[in-house]
Amino acid sequence: MMLTPVQTLITIAALVVGTATTRVLPFLIFPPNKPTPAFVLYLGRMLPYAVIGFLIVFCLKGVTVMSAPYGLPEAMAILCILVLHLWKGSILVSIGGGTAIYMLLVQHVFL
Amino acid sequence: MSKKSKNKNYSEINEQPETAGTKFKALKAAFPITIPVLTGYLFLGMGYGILMNRIGYGLGWISLMSFLIFAGSIQYVAIALLTSAFNPLYTLFLTLMVNARHLFYGISMLERYKGAGRLKPYLIFGLTDETFSILSTMEAPEGVEARWFHFFVTLLNHGYWVAGSVLGSILGAALCFNTKGLDFVLTALFTVIFIDQWKDTKNHVPALIGLGAALVCLLILGQDNFLIPAMVLILFLLTVFRKRIEKEGRS
Repeated sequence: MMLTPVQTLITIAALVVGTATTRVLPFLIFPPNKPTPAFVLYLGRMLPYAVIGFLIVFCLKGVTVMSAPYGLPEAMAILCILVLHLWKGSILVSIGGGTAIYMLLVQHVFL
Repeated sequence: MSKKSKNKNYSEINEQPETAGTKFKALKAAFPITIPVLTGYLFLGMGYGILMNRIGYGLGWISLMSFLIFAGSIQYVAIALLTSAFNPLYTLFLTLMVNARHLFYGISMLERYKGAGRLKPYLIFGLTDETFSILSTMEAPEGVEARWFHFFVTLLNHGYWVAGSVLGSILGAALCFNTKGLDFVLTALFTVIFIDQWKDTKNHVPALIGLGAALVCLLILGQDNFLIPAMVLILFLLTVFRKRIEKEGRS
C-alpha cells in the first residue's frame, strides 16, 4: 500500500461520491412529479441504442491499429461473436466462445 | 393483475401488498437474464481482485471498494490512482469524467424507475453499464412486478461483482492459468447486446451514431481525451437528426 489507510479511505470516498453523482443527477434534475421535457424523453428512448456502440469503442480504446497486431485479434474475435450469435443465438455461447477465441489469439497466435 | 404488471409505469400497482411470493417470482425471472453478467463480472471482478492484491490491498479493502463504488471501469482506473501521489480532488474529477456516461443511463431510466418507491435509491446506485444494458432493453415478464424485477437484476449484479472481487483477492498471485485477454468478456457482452438491439429495431441511426461518434473522436483525440467529446457529439447528432429518427421510429 502506497497510501495510508486514511488516504485510501478518502480516495474511496471521492470515487463513491463521483460515481453516485453521475448516477443520481438525471433523477434529481427531472423529478417524477414534474413532466419531463419531450426532448429528454426522446433522448431516453434513443440513448440505449447509441450508448452500446459507444461502449464497444470504449472497451476497444487501447487497441493498436497502426502497429502489430493491427487490431486483428479483436477484429477476428468480434467476427466470431457475430457468426456465433447469428447462428446459435445463445448469449452464453457467443460471449464464452468469443472470449475463448480472443484469449487463444492473444496468448498463442499474436504474441 | 398480469396485465397490470406489464405496465411500464408501475405506480398503480405500488399499493399492492408485498408478499414473499412476489419477490421470489421476480428473483426467478431476474436470474436467467443476469447469467451473462455473472460470467462477465466474475472474470472482471477476479481480475480486479488480483491486481489490487498485487499493489498490497487485502480482502477487506477490495470487497469494501467493490461494494461501495460498484463501477468496474473507474475501479480499474483507481488502481493507478492508489499507486500514485494522494490527490482526492483529481480522483473526484476523473471519476466524474469516466462515469459521465451514467448521465445517459439515468435519462433513459427516468420513465422505467418512476414509482419504484423505496427501492429507487438502490436502483439508481446500482445502475452500471451492464445493469443498464439489461434493464433498458428488457421488460419484466408477464405477472412479475417490474420494480422487484429491476431490484433483483441490480442486486444479483452487485453480488456477482463483489463475489468476483473477493474471489480474485483470495486467489491473488496463486492463480496459475494465463488470464491474458480475459477482459475481452466485457467487449463480447456489449457486442452481443449490439447485435440483439440491431435485430430488434429497423431504425439503426442511433446505433450508428453511437458507434461512429465514439470511433471518430477516438481516432482524432486519442484514448485519454475522447470520452467527453464523444458524448457531446452523440447528443449533438441525436438532436440534429431528431426529426428523421422519430419518423423512422414510427414507421
